[in-house]
Amino acid sequence: MKPLLEYTLRLGDDSLILGHRLSEWCGHGPILEEDIALTNIALDFVGQATNFLDYAAVLEGQNRTADDFAFLRFDKDYKNLLLVEQPNGDFGVTIVRQFLFDAYRKLLFEKLVNSKDDTIAGIAEKSLKETKYHLRHSSEWVIRLGDGTEESNRRVQDALNDLWRYTDELFYSDEVDAELTIQGIIPDLTSLKEDWLKIVDEVLTLAKIEKPSNNWKFQGGRIGKHSEHLGFILTELQFMQRAYPNMQW
Amino acid sequence: MHMQKNKKLKTNKMSNNEWPLWEVFIRSKQGLNHKHVGSLRASDEVMAIENARDVYTRRSEGISIWVVESNSVFASDSSDADEFFEPADSKIYRHPTFYDVPDGIEHM
Repeated sequence: MKPLLEYTLRLGDDSLILGHRLSEWCGHGPILEEDIALTNIALDFVGQATNFLDYAAVLEGQNRTADDFAFLRFDKDYKNLLLVEQPNGDFGVTIVRQFLFDAYRKLLFEKLVNSKDDTIAGIAEKSLKETKYHLRHSSEWVIRLGDGTEESNRRVQDALNDLWRYTDELFYSDEVDAELTIQGIIPDLTSLKEDWLKIVDEVLTLAKIEKPSNNWKFQGGRIGKHSEHLGFILTELQFMQRAYPNMQW
Repeated sequence: MHMQKNKKLKTNKMSNNEWPLWEVFIRSKQGLNHKHVGSLRASDEVMAIENARDVYTRRSEGISIWVVESNSVFASDSSDADEFFEPADSKIYRHPTFYDVPDGIEHM
């Protein structure tokens, strides 16, 4: 697969799967206002996914559409991070997952704005503003909950301890990245890590949450090796198109 | 990034432990002033602004938000309406309708 197509799928699938995860909160938010906030963010991610997968379809040039990519691929063909497919858990888990991802996404889009690929740069520019808001929203909640009650602090700390093992993959790099970095299309992902840690440290300090010391690392999402959770997501996400092929609504 | 220290999960003194109620005012792109659009619950003013953004501006309704804790609003009493407002009804001369507005004056 062409490196740019592969990388575009990585970006698109991160947005698609996290958007789907957040949409699961619709109607279940802790308060009405937060329910709407999470649903707004879910829609932002689905919008990003549409842009990236539209572009993937163009890059592939096989007459497939963004919908084909979203609804008719097998699990191994999805290139999203393991982090974004992890279950919602309680509100604390969802917020910690979101914060870890938003901090990474903001830094990534800030670099992709200068991509030599005009379409990628355009999507990054369009997505950056909403991503800044996402990060603000998730940071605020990490701080509120971490520096909240004994129970909310414990839940956020537990969530971070569980999810920390998936954060190394944010900076996963292979020959796909290397090639695109040489071409000036994407930044060197490892270069983002220092700034990411800075954001994480700043927020965790305010939240009175300890950064986990374990360095057990999971990866595989970028090459299609997923946790068991992705299959369940796809079952729901793809049900309509699998049961009623070509259905439109 | 916007952050504040000491943001506790505040609860008000109501027995049901709900977060305080806030009144939301939005100024639209063309609007000259903020208009009341509704209310929402939030634990403090920062959350109130963000909730207002999510609840009341998702269809590009505005470019500026004010929030005021509902407790801080002191309202007139409807039983006072007669003595408050009715006397003005008969004072037609208080409207500047007896003047000719010069050409070129807008927003009158």
